[in-house]
Amino acid sequence: MTASFPILTILVFLPLGGAVVVALVPAASEARLAKPIGLLAAVIELGLAAYLVVDFQSGQAGYQFTSQHSWIGQFGISWHVGVDGISLFLVAMTALLFPVAMVGPTLTGSARAFMGWMLLLEAACMGTFLSMDLFLFFVMFEITLVPGYFIVSGWGGLRRNYAAMKFFIYTFAGSAFLFVAILSLVFLTAPANGGHQTFDLITLTRLASNLPHADQVLIFLGFAVAFAVKIPLVPFHSWLPDAYTEASTAGSMILAGILFKLGAYGLLRLGLFILPRAATDLAPLLLTLAAVGITYGALVTIMQKDLKRLVAYASIVDVAFIVLGIFAFSSQGVTGGVLEMVNHGLTTGAIFFLVGVIWERRGTLRISELGGLQKPAPVLAAIFLAVVMSAVGLPGLNGFVGEFLVLVGTFITHRWWAVVATTAVVSGAIYLLWAYQRVFHGTPNATNAAVRDISWREIGAVTPLLLGIVFLGIYPKPFLDRVTPSVNHLLAHVQAVDPGAHVPAPSGPAIAYSVPAAQNVDAGNARTTAAVKAQP
Amino acid sequence: MIAALLAQTAPASGGCTISAGGARVASLCTANNSLHIPVAYRSILPILVLSVGALVLLLVSAVLPKRSWPGLYPLLTVAIGGAAAITSAWEWSDVGTNHAQATIGQQILYDRFSVFFMLLISIATVLGALISDSYLRREGLDGVEAYVLMLMAGTGAMLMTDAAGLIMLFLGLEIMSIALYVLAAYHRRRVQSGEAGFKYFILGSFSSAIFLYGVALVYGATGSTQFGEIAAYLARNSLPNNGVLLGGMALLIVGLGFKVAAVPFHFWTPDVYQGSPTPFTGYMAAVAKAAGFAGLLRVLNEALTTQQANWRPIIWLMAVLTLMVGSVLAIAQKDLKRMLAYSSISQAGYVLVGVQAASSAGTAGALFYLFTYTFIIAGTFAVVALIQGPGEARTDLGAVRGLARRRPGLALVMVVLLLAQAGVPFTSGFLAKFYVISAAVQKGQYVLAVIAMLAAAVAAFFYLRVALLMYSGPAEAQAGAPQLIGVGVGVGPAGDGALTAGLEPMRRLDGPAPARAGARAPGGATAGAEAPATASTTAVLEAPPEERIVIPFFVGLALAVCVAFTIFAGVSSPVITFARQATTLF
Repeated sequence: MTASFPILTILVFLPLGGAVVVALVPAASEARLAKPIGLLAAVIELGLAAYLVVDFQSGQAGYQFTSQHSWIGQFGISWHVGVDGISLFLVAMTALLFPVAMVGPTLTGSARAFMGWMLLLEAACMGTFLSMDLFLFFVMFEITLVPGYFIVSGWGGLRRNYAAMKFFIYTFAGSAFLFVAILSLVFLTAPANGGHQTFDLITLTRLASNLPHADQVLIFLGFAVAFAVKIPLVPFHSWLPDAYTEASTAGSMILAGILFKLGAYGLLRLGLFILPRAATDLAPLLLTLAAVGITYGALVTIMQKDLKRLVAYASIVDVAFIVLGIFAFSSQGVTGGVLEMVNHGLTTGAIFFLVGVIWERRGTLRISELGGLQKPAPVLAAIFLAVVMSAVGLPGLNGFVGEFLVLVGTFITHRWWAVVATTAVVSGAIYLLWAYQRVFHGTPNATNAAVRDISWREIGAVTPLLLGIVFLGIYPKPFLDRVTPSVNHLLAHVQAVDPGAHVPAPSGPAIAYSVPAAQNVDAGNARTTAAVKAQP
Repeated sequence: MIAALLAQTAPASGGCTISAGGARVASLCTANNSLHIPVAYRSILPILVLSVGALVLLLVSAVLPKRSWPGLYPLLTVAIGGAAAITSAWEWSDVGTNHAQATIGQQILYDRFSVFFMLLISIATVLGALISDSYLRREGLDGVEAYVLMLMAGTGAMLMTDAAGLIMLFLGLEIMSIALYVLAAYHRRRVQSGEAGFKYFILGSFSSAIFLYGVALVYGATGSTQFGEIAAYLARNSLPNNGVLLGGMALLIVGLGFKVAAVPFHFWTPDVYQGSPTPFTGYMAAVAKAAGFAGLLRVLNEALTTQQANWRPIIWLMAVLTLMVGSVLAIAQKDLKRMLAYSSISQAGYVLVGVQAASSAGTAGALFYLFTYTFIIAGTFAVVALIQGPGEARTDLGAVRGLARRRPGLALVMVVLLLAQAGVPFTSGFLAKFYVISAAVQKGQYVLAVIAMLAAAVAAFFYLRVALLMYSGPAEAQAGAPQLIGVGVGVGPAGDGALTAGLEPMRRLDGPAPARAGARAPGGATAGAEAPATASTTAVLEAPPEERIVIPFFVGLALAVCVAFTIFAGVSSPVITFARQATTLF
């Protein structure tokens, strides 16, 4: 594909265009046309994303497919998009999860509005993952709230309005710190940039390491608060169970599968990449929050009486795992963290979908009222078990690879945190398997015995996710080949800026990778140049 | 032809149109004791258009038989406002990038800053006339007076933005205020309207007096009322802790702070906004704020620029109070117009954030804010005027319930305008907040920036609450039951916090949708001119009767313009370029 073809820009604008088209569908033919049109846009998007994954050069650490256009020139704001190994699979996962969430759950209410908001949300998520401009990132990060809000409040449970409002305001308040942190970064680095403000990620990364240390720490804290709310890390998590439980099936799938990752991705991209020194200084704090989140989340999850709420709390544990991997500062840890982001998207998306399938049949998700569903619905039970096994971390499925990498990576650098985190593997097995047992095993009562099995349409919807789960579990190499160079480049940058940081060299044969000169943020650094081949 | 005329008059004013830096060099034209003050008409063209237009309008109404052609006055007003906008645009190119010129006996400043505001006020007048027409006819109030008053208020506001000295500023302030007092009381059959006008008048008179006292004190301290001369005097002489000067400065800030509804000078705002006829509320919110801030920026940055160390902390505190009080108290409101009043207070807080930065970027941000806010607030009040029904019967929050089902397009317009006020990206409101807050961060005001953003998060709550109500189903209502059966906010569990209390009614009303017949109340039950006085004070969130809301052509046009501009300014950069050019040489 030629460099002139702006595939990434199209990835952002295609769903947006789809949303507009869906919104313009006349009310008379809404039921007939809205869903196919919306789905078509999402499927074309998936095709483009698949092309992107295939065409992505695996030996490259830098951004690829970049395109840049000036937007608000006076402030150094531009439309600058690019994809690297870290964001590549998040983009692919987003493109995969949206059509599944659109086609899987039974659609109630206005199809036009639902499809419109979903496509808008997809565009915003794509924009967030692809942006290389901090202003663009913030704008996209913020705009996800609007469709997210309307999806929760429009198609949710009884307390959906409360949940949607809480979701919006929590994240909006967190973003206040992100906004000020970004602005501070831009204005503090402006003098070193010849007095010109810039929001460009690469330029800011170059300039930020020269800031006074206290400034770096404060800016990083601003990032951390905003993303900790979005992720959410434990003291900031109270919006999550409400939002996930009250949202409709599709809403929960997207919320848990993708919106979550925006926070973790932001922490990695903005926090770690731009401000490595502050990140290494504050790593103990974040690691501790992650460890607390894992322990606390696991305990709370075990006690849940509602299946959907249980899955929501289980997400807190998973996400804490991601943060743990990211702040381990080892190649395995960060790669594992990135893999866990994708895993969690696939697995949780599938679980929320299957929970939705149960809800559509039974009308309740109280674990005490369910039971013995395996008898009337054996296929559903089998699929559910496979997904649960992936979440628990059974070898051969994707969850194992991610958890293993995170734990190994953390153990190398932060031994005791890894020890605490390992308990999560155990407790994860407890709450998920126990829940599975209570819902599916035993003798069904009359109501439960009458449950229909999963339909072909639903199987069709969940199959892509299952394939992803199995593929990443058996053969993660294509994934790791694309992610590892970018992760190593990131860690080399951490090491270069903060030589005191304990960043172990990647074990095994060093993987050579190259970075375009325009994107090399540590030009002239010994360790980096050793690993980087000159770009022709 | 106009240009040729002006070219003739320009030499006549030769001695007075002082070029570069003229404003700051005091050379009075009248120094030779000649009574002849040459008039540079080009500098006040839009003012002339508006004021002469007002007189023409009066004349036309006197000549024509009564109610011969009902749409004539609004059309003429739109034409006059449009002419003023066109002349402003011409002035924009005429003044070019020249420094401020003091014309007409040093009383009028002619620069891009003043032209910017003249354009803003012209546009606000056009929008105001478009929106008022159908409202006035619906309420049986149509006549020429409202339009004349609007044009006069615009004239005063333009004078304020053009003023080169405190005296002219006061003159403009009074012309604008008196017209606005009358507009507030214009709905003669509504008690609240009279109350609003009276309150506005009493408090406004006090604030004018305070402002005048400030003028006197500043004159006493510096020996002049001209911005340029005050600045020159203060640059020559250092007056540390000069009580007279500081007192004068404080009183000026109070007087202008009243006009822009900054906390703690905001107490009139909710009552006046609630009581005034809705389209005039929008006009008032746009024009009085713009003119007030233009005056404030002139006084602080032009005359008292050397006193920054003294006034910046005051404005800082005012900004914080305005942001917090505005957005927190808006949550507690059950009346739509009252809520928008508090919201406009909190919006003023953002402009103050730009003002306190005391920099070119901050001023440009404030200008951008005011310009885009004009469209947002005019559009919002236009929607409110439509949905509140005859006699302003329904102004409680419940009036918007189910709007999305009745008029999806109108609901979408309102959502865009509300999101813009909340500061959501891709609307002008977001960029406006971005500009003022980035100016604050540039000056190292991190705390203020965080407070401003947190206030936006608080504010998001009450904007979204309205959006939520619009998209939720009809309230639970039994067939044949009287209308006021909604669950009042006041009777919610007292122990709940503000957040829960605010959500409680919605949550409870989210039950299964009743039969449509139940929600359909007898049409026209409240359509009388004498609306039940309790309707606006009792908190009822049930759906309004299922009447079809008719969107008149003029209002639809105004709404389309407002929404288009809100999105245009939110995704592109010409408007901020415009605002920056208005401040580059300021």
